[in-house]
Amino acid sequence: MPLTLFEKLWRQHAIADLGNGEYLLNIDRVFLHERTGSIALQSLEASKRKIAEPHNVFCTMDHIVSTKAGRGDHTEMPGGEAFITATRESANKAGINLFDINDPRQGIVHVVSPEQGIALPGITMICPDSHTCTLGALGALAWGVGSTDAEHALATKTLRVKKAKSMRVRFEGQLAKGVSAKDMILHLISHYGASGGAGFVVEFAGEVVRDLSIEARLTLCNMAVEFSAFTGLVAPDQTTFDYVKGKPFAPAEHHWQAAIEHWQTLHSDDEAHFDREITIDCADIQAKVTWGTSPQDAIEIGAGIPKAIDTNKAQAQQKALHYMGLNPDSELAGLAIDGAFIGSCTNSRLSDLREVAAFLEGKKVASSVAAICVPGSSSVKRAAEAEGIDTVFIEAGFEWRESGCSMCFYAGGETFGSGKRVISSTNRNFEGRQGPGTRTHLASPLTVAASACAGYITSANPDTCTTETCKPETSQKDISHLAQATQDKARSKASQFKDTQYSTAKAAVSNG
Amino acid sequence: MDKFTQHAGIAAPILRNNIDTDTIIPSREMKTVSKTGLADGLFAPWRYVDANARTPDPTFILNQAGFENASIILAGDNFGCGSSREHAVWALKEYGFKCIIAEGFGSIFFRNCVRNGILPMVLEKQNIAELAEFAEAEPQKNIIEIDLEQQLVGAGNIRVRFKSDESDREMLLNGLDPIDVTLKLSEDIAAFQQRDQMHRPWLY
Repeated sequence: MPLTLFEKLWRQHAIADLGNGEYLLNIDRVFLHERTGSIALQSLEASKRKIAEPHNVFCTMDHIVSTKAGRGDHTEMPGGEAFITATRESANKAGINLFDINDPRQGIVHVVSPEQGIALPGITMICPDSHTCTLGALGALAWGVGSTDAEHALATKTLRVKKAKSMRVRFEGQLAKGVSAKDMILHLISHYGASGGAGFVVEFAGEVVRDLSIEARLTLCNMAVEFSAFTGLVAPDQTTFDYVKGKPFAPAEHHWQAAIEHWQTLHSDDEAHFDREITIDCADIQAKVTWGTSPQDAIEIGAGIPKAIDTNKAQAQQKALHYMGLNPDSELAGLAIDGAFIGSCTNSRLSDLREVAAFLEGKKVASSVAAICVPGSSSVKRAAEAEGIDTVFIEAGFEWRESGCSMCFYAGGETFGSGKRVISSTNRNFEGRQGPGTRTHLASPLTVAASACAGYITSANPDTCTTETCKPETSQKDISHLAQATQDKARSKASQFKDTQYSTAKAAVSNG
Repeated sequence: MDKFTQHAGIAAPILRNNIDTDTIIPSREMKTVSKTGLADGLFAPWRYVDANARTPDPTFILNQAGFENASIILAGDNFGCGSSREHAVWALKEYGFKCIIAEGFGSIFFRNCVRNGILPMVLEKQNIAELAEFAEAEPQKNIIEIDLEQQLVGAGNIRVRFKSDESDREMLLNGLDPIDVTLKLSEDIAAFQQRDQMHRPWLY
């Protein structure tokens, strides 16, 4: 019988059918971080249970660790140090693999996991973190759980799991220049809704996905949870095998051939049945940016905010627009920004930083914008510095940080500030996600960089935009008008900012 | 784990879609390595005008007369989406919530509820609207009754059947510890891993 990739992975890990669609699955590897892993480790200790297989358990410090130079256990978040010391103590006691703050392998859990060869094709993997779906990019069945389920997996090396349905999303055709995996996933979520993937494992397929690098596939799968999917998946192929080879926790040389032979069977069979299929023509995808407080609120940069189709939606939209300081007729292109953030498990890998550096070369961040780059891992940071990427960022006016989750979310420490408008390469634009009152616009790293330099939301490649406000040949005047208006706005704002708000924004960023 | 068998309580309608766990408990409200001390931060962005000073926002339903002791939430679709933080469920539980009725749930949040003795109940939009209308009319008097064994919700003249998976129901009705239940299958687990090690030795 032809099987989907998900079905194969499921069957290979099913220990017992518990009835009613629930199975006991073998969990090959567990990753923890200091924010939610600490409580799982502590709770396990309190129950006097032991970790079943400590050498397959990994832990990093990423969520609340400071990203300032010369950092130690002190966090920008008040009381955060306790999470770090508790995690360290429990991890050392349990004998698991800990990537501590000054370990060269430290970084954001879902950036470290692939780069260390911890996430592998064909494995099951969990982490008490919703973006664990990122690792489906390698053909791993990986998903986020709560701390109690993490404790279960630590103690038993298994998890009781309801089997999800299967969906395939094919990206066909060709991506336009400057359009990235981030735009692909925002496109999907904006068309099918933030709950469009609920109950499904989503396999991303099609010629465009096959041509994506592993790092781009990681971005694509990262936001499967924003689509409410159980997780995302990409079938492993030669690109995957080449990426994995030689990584520290990948199969050793003497197992390599057997591993490859196994991994080559991990794809959906030709006639496999999916419960739902979606096909997207990539010619329809332009660079995206969000206007509201859900990742589904993504539109083309030059497009207007969509009109709500019913009263409920209109009410929800009104609330979101109110939070975002916008109205239904607002245009995003040309909207002045206060902050720009490049980082997070979505977009902070070396390829992201290279792409942005190529764009930033010789350009400057607008004086009204506080711009920050936080590399996804200490390895990414070192590799970028070896290529001189840090210099390009710094010379353009970006702050260059140590790795961590940083301002992808607000833990009580650092924020751009209330009412500040931020363009961000992260994954969530929820109310208050980047700080109370902070207004987040999600976009690709390239769009973030282009907007940081302009001082307002704009595309890096306006010539690829099909909408009127972006098309230079049809609306050159409109753009210059918009740009002029925004610059004027920014200038008049900057004059006030210089003494008050802007210095507050900078202070919030630098002092927490 | 706490049991859930039957419950009768005041229901607070928060009829929005996509209420995320960042809203249920913002990261800044997770102050210590603990499953407690979280109720105060529940819905902080909506519950307080000034979260630091804890100044209540009178427009938020849990601050309104009649809803003070609510133990049931009525919500829209995709409740508890976003971050996996189990703190969202711990905060709801500590505040006194026993059951969340929504059109749909974030899958991690749903699991976390079951693991902590809170009943996540999926109902049709129309049914939720009817329950909300009933509760809002006279919140203190118009109690909603839930029977998990019968899979039945009652509210005045309203009677609605709901579905719950047998395995979740068993866990909730008996307050079982899933680790204990799983460890009864230790032999099966060991046998699986022995076979698996032959196929995938690089993982052992």
